Amino acid sequence: MEKTILELKNIGLIYQSKTGETEAVRDFNLKVKNDEFVAIVGPSGCGKTTMLSIMSGILPTTSGSVLLDGVNIKEAKTYIGYMFQRDELFEWRTVWKNIMLGLEIKKQISPEQSEYAKTLIKKYGLEEFINKKPRELSGGMRQRVALIRTLVLNPQILLLDEPFSALDFQTRLSVCDDVANIIKSEHKTAILVTHDISEAISMADRVVVLTKRPATVKKEFVINLDGKTPLEKREDPKFSNLFNQIWRELDK
Amino acid sequence: MKNQKNTKENNDKIIQVKNLKNIKNDKKSVKSCKKTTKKAKFFTKTQKYKDISSARKEYLKKQKFRKIFIITIRILILVLFFALWQILADTGAINVFVFSSPAKILETIGDLFATGNLLHHMFITFYEAFLGFLIATILGYLIAVILWWNERLREILEPYLIVLNSLPKVALGPIIIIWFGAGTKAIIVMAILIMIIITVISILNSFVSCDKNKILLMKSMGANKWQILTKLVMPNGINEFMSVLKINVGMTWVGTIMGEYLVSKAGLGYLIVYGSQVFKLDLVMTSILILCIPAGLMYGVVCLFEKIINKK
Repeated sequence: MEKTILELKNIGLIYQSKTGETEAVRDFNLKVKNDEFVAIVGPSGCGKTTMLSIMSGILPTTSGSVLLDGVNIKEAKTYIGYMFQRDELFEWRTVWKNIMLGLEIKKQISPEQSEYAKTLIKKYGLEEFINKKPRELSGGMRQRVALIRTLVLNPQILLLDEPFSALDFQTRLSVCDDVANIIKSEHKTAILVTHDISEAISMADRVVVLTKRPATVKKEFVINLDGKTPLEKREDPKFSNLFNQIWRELDK
Repeated sequence: MKNQKNTKENNDKIIQVKNLKNIKNDKKSVKSCKKTTKKAKFFTKTQKYKDISSARKEYLKKQKFRKIFIITIRILILVLFFALWQILADTGAINVFVFSSPAKILETIGDLFATGNLLHHMFITFYEAFLGFLIATILGYLIAVILWWNERLREILEPYLIVLNSLPKVALGPIIIIWFGAGTKAIIVMAILIMIIITVISILNSFVSCDKNKILLMKSMGANKWQILTKLVMPNGINEFMSVLKINVGMTWVGTIMGEYLVSKAGLGYLIVYGSQVFKLDLVMTSILILCIPAGLMYGVVCLFEKIINKK
């Protein structure tokens, strides 16, 4: 966890629209280390998702630079995986074909890659559903498929945009555990955007609190909780204290 | 040396014959394999039926009965309709000269068939309708793809599409006749005009309403515009495409018959116009009834196509 893999330097973003200019992000600085799990929380509409779009290189900034492994994101060859609020599975494709989508796009389908995909499917208990359509899966399974679809492309960084918000509370807790375990065991760097403080504390190594629009980093909290899984971490006595601190920071 | 050559040739021939026999044997074994799999499938089906609970059997029975009941009632309505029509005609309750009768229609069909006119007129109308359907659907789809691809062009052409959609196409009849001549071409163009705008609008709507997050997901994976179109936008709009096909199956007959009313020397539309002009209502009714057959068949083919697509 030494090397910085992603760095956002003095990022600024101004939207132009018919009604005028909107400053969405101002002087945003963030460093993410290799294998680190960072959660971003902030008031609703502050630009959390916008930040992920900037980090993935989809949204160009007005000022500042995004560096991936020290290289400008536009020139970087590292793949960044993106998981959305909903699983965004293609209903007309089988689970297998959904998982292979990224490889198809990148024209990287090879016996080795297929084997890797099969290993992930087996590892995360989806082998029985390989030929099923997404509508035949539960919410949790769908999220797992979406995660494997991202993982087969071997991303160095995973961007998670409230990936559990569409799930019911019970499923959410178990999928949260699943995803956190998968990310840890695959040694991926992850950046999670969420409005759920508990989720952020239980999953991340560090929680970054954003200000209201224009978004900038307000405060950072390093999380050191006992427990291997997010569910276990919720039982740590320090959990509620951290929750209150972050809540107060958001409320200010 | 010659003997050696001959024995070699003979050996080759023997090998060839053996190979042929092997191939035949292979084919036989494939056939027998297919037969056994069919038998096995039948066995598993019957076995499965034996295994299911009595409540499930009762449910399946009810479902089967419901299906048979609906089909029977459908046929009965048709039979009753024709029977009532015939009775009313026979008892003089309706004027046979104005309303015709099923018996007269059958007579007219027989006459048309005997002279070879029936198939000729049917073929011409079907040819025009099918060609119009095919061209309008393919062309409409292509235009929708172009307009999805080029957002600026879409914005420019949007008001034209709306105006053209609301314009009654029959008003263009005289222009079409002048431009394309008084023949099959003009009829096909009329059919195309009736379908193409609605095809473009419907398909384009399905393309444009494609989930933005799914597009973003593909972009994050490095997809180009062509990949987004072929792997996401087009398959995502398949339901809308099927609806367009179903609408077009109906519209193509409207366009073709309308075209034949305006300008034709043959076809079912021509028979209808000719029949009404000389007050041969039997011919008019016969043509309308015959028209139902290819129209229904075409709709059936589209439904079958939809089933195949959905299974995939």
